[in-house]
Amino acid sequence: MTLLETERVTVSPVRRGTTPRRTGRGLAGYLFVAGYAVLLLAFGVFPTGYSFYLALTNDRGQFTGLNQFVKVIQDYRFAPAFTHMLIYLVMWLVTLVVLVVLTAVILRSRVRPGTSALFRFLYYIPGALAGVASVLVWLFMLDPDVSPVSRLLTAMGFKTFAAVLAPGNLPLILMLIAFWTGAGGWMVVMYGALNNIPDEVIEAARMDGAGPWRTAWHIQIPMIRQWIVYMTIMAFATGTQLFVEPQLLQTASLGRVSPTWSPNQLAYVYAFQQGDFNGAAAIAVVLLAVGLLAAGLLVARSNLFKLDEK
Amino acid sequence: MLSLATAAALAGCASADTTTPSASKQSAFKPAAQKAGSQITVWADSTRLPSVQAYQKSHPDVKMKIVTYDGGADGSTYLQSKVQLFDRTGSGWPDVVFGNPTDVTWASEATKPGAQPFAAPLDEKLVPQSTLDGFAKGSLTPCQFNGHTYCMRNDIAQVLLWYNKSLMDKWGYKVPATWQEYEALGKKVAKEHPGYLVGSVGDTNSHESYFWSGQCPAFNLVKPDTLRTDLADPKCTRMATLLDNLISAKAIATQGFFSQGFAKNSGSKVLMAYGPSWYGQYLFKAGFKTPAKQIAAAPPLTWQGESTAATGNVGGGVWMVSSHSANLKASTDLATWLTTSDENQATAPTYPAYTQAAKTWLANPANKDYFANDVSGPFEQAANEVWTGWSNTRFSDATAWSSVVLPALTAGKSLTSTLPAWQQEIANEAKSQGYKVVDQ
Repeated sequence: MTLLETERVTVSPVRRGTTPRRTGRGLAGYLFVAGYAVLLLAFGVFPTGYSFYLALTNDRGQFTGLNQFVKVIQDYRFAPAFTHMLIYLVMWLVTLVVLVVLTAVILRSRVRPGTSALFRFLYYIPGALAGVASVLVWLFMLDPDVSPVSRLLTAMGFKTFAAVLAPGNLPLILMLIAFWTGAGGWMVVMYGALNNIPDEVIEAARMDGAGPWRTAWHIQIPMIRQWIVYMTIMAFATGTQLFVEPQLLQTASLGRVSPTWSPNQLAYVYAFQQGDFNGAAAIAVVLLAVGLLAAGLLVARSNLFKLDEK
Repeated sequence: MLSLATAAALAGCASADTTTPSASKQSAFKPAAQKAGSQITVWADSTRLPSVQAYQKSHPDVKMKIVTYDGGADGSTYLQSKVQLFDRTGSGWPDVVFGNPTDVTWASEATKPGAQPFAAPLDEKLVPQSTLDGFAKGSLTPCQFNGHTYCMRNDIAQVLLWYNKSLMDKWGYKVPATWQEYEALGKKVAKEHPGYLVGSVGDTNSHESYFWSGQCPAFNLVKPDTLRTDLADPKCTRMATLLDNLISAKAIATQGFFSQGFAKNSGSKVLMAYGPSWYGQYLFKAGFKTPAKQIAAAPPLTWQGESTAATGNVGGGVWMVSSHSANLKASTDLATWLTTSDENQATAPTYPAYTQAAKTWLANPANKDYFANDVSGPFEQAANEVWTGWSNTRFSDATAWSSVVLPALTAGKSLTSTLPAWQQEIANEAKSQGYKVVDQ
């Protein structure tokens, strides 16, 4: 409980309000951030700028205005790829938010601390696997010939790996993989966020006659709302970057999954098969715009960065 | 979209299209500065790795660096991606590479303005014309662009009829010679010995076995930049109907021979297979583990009442020499040795494209011991019957088949009803690669 005490003190608005910010004290601070700043410029800001340059020019270096965007948007693979991504995102975000918050609330208030710690550890394990490894695990899980749950697959009418990988099933499969690897980490984070809620608040709710579900719905979830928004933004960003999973499924299914299933794969095909780096950059910029727009909306609607809310 | 395009056009902006290869002038081949005795880098797939190692052993004075890569298997574009990047950075190209015929379509052209095509034109003072003339009829067609030869064919994968002779004899079946007989026998097998198969359409390359053999104009380059794809052609629809009949009779599987679990579950139930010459060693012997002296080969099937014999081709690798090589002499010598020498080809894993080497290959008992009949006749006949109307394009012919047709077949749709979607996907792919598409 000491940890809880200190955390409560640091976020306390009273202290933040009274302590003046210390400014202009030596070079140490700058030196500390310099390493990161240089790397960010070299591998984050510069490539972004370069892709804007590429997206607005052609392979002869001439300025093309919006023509690259028009070209990729009119590509016959563009609409399907973005539709796939959208279906996947909706399924993945809804499942993630609902199940992660629900599990965290149950672990926090309905399970004994020891058991809860064990569960949090178990949930977290898959997240420790790298993306590629987790896809490989699922390739085995989903192949009726080798799967440990092959009876379940057969009972659901899937006799072959090819039948499992029918185009309509792909968003669900990718959502399962993403949830399995990503949700455990977020459950731990949400649990931490719930820990931040002062015990007195929960106590007061109980005194007022709120049951566990009312407490969760009216007290706990609103108080960790910013964490949920943060999780949604991060999950949205990783969701739009979908690449490794469908790419591996494409190889493992011997080409039954389209090589341009997700927008990122389409950009990859543009760059490395068609040799059209400008078109690839245009898709990347579209993805960046989508991501920024979604994040901007969520941040603005939730006051995520407003510190002294209360 | 239109308004956006117009706005951009009015603003006087340049076109977003990449420079089309035909538009950029093909400049004459200029070799890099040569350095005698310098190290050459070789990229080979794991199947051809022993051949390259054998060359190194018999030529210890040649400095070589051997790299294994996937060799373009299953439509992988690893080589293309890497060369695109090397063209951007201006260094790093391997000197000699093993690839598939699709690779030559881009390697014979510049990947960006000002770049030199990756593949060196071998007919320009590198390989003597007499050597190039020694390859099997038509086998160098995938290597030839703009009047130059950019690769040497390693092997041919001519399609023919494979069958289990032991079972056919036991059940008293006659080996079919025409497609009509094949269909009739397939239906008979389905009735008399349910569970046994006369073929599969579920692999990434099954369309090359069936539709290429059937002379279906799916990938027909009528001009270097014009692709004819017409799957409503009777030559396509009759093959689709035949296959649909056999699929619904359960005599042909929609699960691929090479798909996970097929060998274990159904490998011993394959009575016939229509496929390439390498099926013998790689599918029956290595995959299905069928005992020796059971599997036999027969010549390609024909259509009753038609005189033209035609067959398909499933793969068949090529060796290319990099135009950027600093040691063209050693590189060319290696590529020539790999493709034409008896020393290498007699024991090669697949049927050699070089005619003399093919004779030596067939004379080698190790290449034929496994089979129940003498495969020389069918192999040589099929090698000369590969239909030339199925062109290599800048995109793999497998993508549309695998990602559009196969999932539809798995979902229970018929091939005939999937032909329009297949054609649409081919046309879309072709257009995105800069081809003009016609369907007549």
